[in-house]
Amino acid sequence: MTTPRIDIHEYLAAFEDIPGTRVFTAQRARKGYWLNQFCMSLMKHENRERFKKDERAYLDEWPMTEAQKQAVLNRDYNAAIDEGGNIYFLAKLFSTDGKSFQYAAGTMTGMTQEEYAQMMLQGGRSPEGWRSIKEGR
Amino acid sequence: MARITAGITSSHIPALGAAFDLGKTQDPYWKPIFDDYEWVKSWIKEEKPDAIILVYNDHASAFDMNIIPTFAIGCAEEFKPADEGWGPRPVPVVKGHPDLAWHIAQSCILDEFDMTIINKMEVDHGLTVPLSMMFGKVDEWPVKVVPVPVNVVTYPVPSGNRCWLLGEAIRRAVESYPEDLNVQIWGTGGMSHQLQGPRAGLVNKEFDLAFMNDLVTNPERLRRMPHIEYLREAGSEGIELVMWLIMRGALGDNVEELHRFYHIPASNTALGHLVLKSNP
Repeated sequence: MTTPRIDIHEYLAAFEDIPGTRVFTAQRARKGYWLNQFCMSLMKHENRERFKKDERAYLDEWPMTEAQKQAVLNRDYNAAIDEGGNIYFLAKLFSTDGKSFQYAAGTMTGMTQEEYAQMMLQGGRSPEGWRSIKEGR
Repeated sequence: MARITAGITSSHIPALGAAFDLGKTQDPYWKPIFDDYEWVKSWIKEEKPDAIILVYNDHASAFDMNIIPTFAIGCAEEFKPADEGWGPRPVPVVKGHPDLAWHIAQSCILDEFDMTIINKMEVDHGLTVPLSMMFGKVDEWPVKVVPVPVNVVTYPVPSGNRCWLLGEAIRRAVESYPEDLNVQIWGTGGMSHQLQGPRAGLVNKEFDLAFMNDLVTNPERLRRMPHIEYLREAGSEGIELVMWLIMRGALGDNVEELHRFYHIPASNTALGHLVLKSNP
C-alpha cells in the first residue's frame, strides 16, 4: 500500500496558524450545515419576503443553534463564520439586505466601510504580519 | 478534429457583473477594467470560438451543502442564470454543447478523472460574469459553453497538480472529438483576495505577478504549490487560482502570451487577466 503524499493531520493543523482566518474545513462544514442551508433558502424570492417580515420566526423553522440564530439576527459575520457559516452561503443573507461583498467583508475587520474601501483603493491589506501566528510573519 | 486554440484567465467577481448590469462601466472606479477588456472583446470577435470550456466555481448557487462535487461538467442543453439573492442577472440563458460535454465527460472518466455529470444546473456569477466581460451586452451569447465547476470552497479542494492533470485530460478529450471545432478554455476566479474574518481585504501583488509570470513560463512551480501557500500568501479565497491550472494544463507546452492585465482593486480583489494562445 502506498503512503498518502500529504499527511491529513499536518494539512489541517496548518490552517489554524493563519491569523484572522477560518478555513472552511469538513469540521466547520458539519457544524454550519443548517446555518448554511438556511442561507441557501434565501435564494428564493418568497423565502426572502417571509424572512424579512419576521426574521426570528423564519429562523425558528430551522434546526439551528441559538448562537447561529443570534449571529444571523445581529448580522455578525465573524460570529456566523465561527458557528460554521461559509462566506458564499452568508452572501445570500447580505444580498437579501441589499449589501455587497465589500460591505460584508469590511464589517469583519473592525474598520468602517469607508476605511475598508480606502484600504482597498490603496492596494489592499499587505500580507506582512498576517501569514503565520507561530512564526510571527 | 476539435482543437483548444487559446486560454483566458479572468476574474469573475459579482461586483463586475453588478457594474456591468447597472451601466456603471464608465464610472472612474470601474473604467480602467472595462477599458482593458476592450482588447479581449475585439480579439475574441476575430477568433470566433465555437465553444468555451468554462472552468469556474459555484458560489453556493447550484450546489448547497448536500452535494459537493470536486470536478463537475455541465452536459445540459442550457443553463439558466441563478438567483443569488437579488434576482437573476439580466443576461441571456447560457447554451450548452451537450455533444462535446458528454464526449469530454466520457473521455475524462476513461482517462481516470471521475467527473460528476450535471444535467440540470443554474449558473451563477462565476460563469456569467466572464461571459459578460468577454462578449459585452448581447441578446444571446455567441458561443456554446461547457461549464466545469470546481469545488474551491469546502476543504480539501483539489491540488494544483490534480487541476493541471485534468487540464491535460480535457485537451486529449477535445482532440479526439471528431467535429472541427475551435474551442477555448477559460480559467476564472482569483487573484489574491480574502472575503472573511479580520484579515479580509488581503491583496498580495508580488505573489500575483509571480503567479502570472510562472503560469506562462514556469508552470511546474505552480503545480507543486501546496494549499497552505495560497492561503497564507493569497488569502482564503485566493485558492480559486488552482482553477487557472486546469486552463493552463489544457494549453500544452507551447503557449504565447497575447495580452495581460493586472489591477487593484476590484471590490475586495486583485484582478488578473491573461490571454494565452496554444501553439501546436
